[in-house]
Amino acid sequence: MAVPEDAVSLTRKRSRAGESAIKAALLFCASVVLATTLGIVASLAFEAIEFFRAVPFKEFLTGSSWAPTFKPARFGVLPLVSATFVITIIGAIIAFPLGLGAAIYLSEFAGDRVRKTVKPILEILAGVPTVVLGYFALTFITPTILQTIVPGTKVFNALAAGVAVGIMIIPMVASISEDAMRAVPHSLRQGAFAMGATRRTVAAKVVVPAALSGIAAAFILALSRAIGETMIVTIAAGQIPNLSGDVREPMQTMTAYIVQVSLGDTPAGSIAYKTIFALGTTLFLITLGLNILSHRIVRRFREKYE
Amino acid sequence: MTVLDRPVTMPPLATGKRAERSLRAVMFQAVLLFALLVGLLTLLVLLVDVFRDGAGRLSGDFLSSLDSRFAARAGIKPALIGTLWLMGLVAAISFPIGVGAAVYLEEFAPKNKFTSFIEVNIANLAGVPSIVYGLLGLAAFVRFMHMGRTILAGALTLVLLILPVIIVSARESLRAVPDSIRHGAVAVGATTIQAVWHHTLPSAIPGIMTGMILGLSRAIGETAPLITMGALTYVNFVPAGPLDRFTAMPIQIFNWTSRPQSAFQEVAAAGILMLLGVLLVMNALAVFLRNKYERRW
Repeated sequence: MAVPEDAVSLTRKRSRAGESAIKAALLFCASVVLATTLGIVASLAFEAIEFFRAVPFKEFLTGSSWAPTFKPARFGVLPLVSATFVITIIGAIIAFPLGLGAAIYLSEFAGDRVRKTVKPILEILAGVPTVVLGYFALTFITPTILQTIVPGTKVFNALAAGVAVGIMIIPMVASISEDAMRAVPHSLRQGAFAMGATRRTVAAKVVVPAALSGIAAAFILALSRAIGETMIVTIAAGQIPNLSGDVREPMQTMTAYIVQVSLGDTPAGSIAYKTIFALGTTLFLITLGLNILSHRIVRRFREKYE
Repeated sequence: MTVLDRPVTMPPLATGKRAERSLRAVMFQAVLLFALLVGLLTLLVLLVDVFRDGAGRLSGDFLSSLDSRFAARAGIKPALIGTLWLMGLVAAISFPIGVGAAVYLEEFAPKNKFTSFIEVNIANLAGVPSIVYGLLGLAAFVRFMHMGRTILAGALTLVLLILPVIIVSARESLRAVPDSIRHGAVAVGATTIQAVWHHTLPSAIPGIMTGMILGLSRAIGETAPLITMGALTYVNFVPAGPLDRFTAMPIQIFNWTSRPQSAFQEVAAAGILMLLGVLLVMNALAVFLRNKYERRW
């Protein structure tokens, strides 16, 4: 909007006494966000640097054995990282097709009534605390489903945790991809329908490709959520560092190890205390990288129609 | 208004429905519907499973008893009181800060690098795993500020965790208030602060409250950050103030779930029913507020 140079400002020039103090207070509130970021980075970095003074960086990244309490202690993070990724991948295998399918159905096929009923239910599923999903994985998914169809499944196993993590991220995948698909202008669909396309063709050849950046962002954000998930994996996947990759076996993820240490008494300055901050830093960097990636994808590859 | 809404006066448009009687088209739709139903059915199975396990354990005694090493005697009182303390503090602290930040960003912030840096920060903080907030709470509140592993330290940790949620939803509610409201107030001589305080904020408050409740319902189910900052998992006392040590409902549920005796699974399920009940009430309240007070401009 072009403002003429001699326009009178509608804002009063003089403010009442104390208003600048109010504005300063509001600015302070907004700055809490910056302080939070700063606090996270500072507290993670401080203890992580202490950790890497004691443990060589190379051993942390490439060592294949995680046993910080043994003598000699071993600090190879690979078993924990591999467990995190195995469980995340299982979750993705479950949630990506189901979430995307649900999103396509809601956006392209469902009537308003169905959508208005289903979306709140998905929100409820998204709001189920993860400790509840962990309980569900341990007391239902493992004994009732997995141990009957996958022979050799242990009480604590990566598969059940992965399935539960998948269930957790379905609503997220569905809702972000659906938003992306609904943002595709209707004229595109009309063009295809006018040429005799079915809704299936329109969904698969027009809407999904047009919304691809949003769908990719949904997938990446869901991955990031799954990597940081803690209670499901702690309850259902067990507490044994395990590099075998056998999903029927217990596996300890990075987050589960942090919980295990936190449940015991961790005197500040002990190596266990520093270790959880090193793992926290690893988690923080991975999830931050994924989040930035998803924002980049949306910004760079978004098809702009209007 | 969504993109899909069509003007009423338009003639019927092609929908592609007529050519959809082929088997492949029907199969395609069936597969999509299946994908949708899996999520919904899972929720149903989960609820039925928890209800079957835990309903028998719910009683007045369960509410009023302390935790115990014996499943038959274990109750949720310390965790319930701990959660109430936490939520009260979280609400009291996060509301002014969250709304203040939203008002600043939406109404007063100049469009400069600092403002967009704050916005980038909010977006990134929303994606930080909750357990990392626990580490922050442990390092900053428990150790650095010497609060110890108290309710206050736990509440502050959760405040930081849900602030991005509250700020984002409060900003959306403020943005939905049309500029004519602000202009009207300023035109009759109000300062911008008065316009916000007397007009914009009151108009936006139902939306802000809805976001607040959603933020709190996220906080009430959080377990990992509280365990990490050092809340207790076995508590046989009722906390009396913000400087007491504590446990909370989700931690108590985790603790019961991880005990080896199977009788404790039922106790855990009863705890879950309580937690889900509280969440349901909160969500119903949010929907109620949204429907009753939300104004369309």
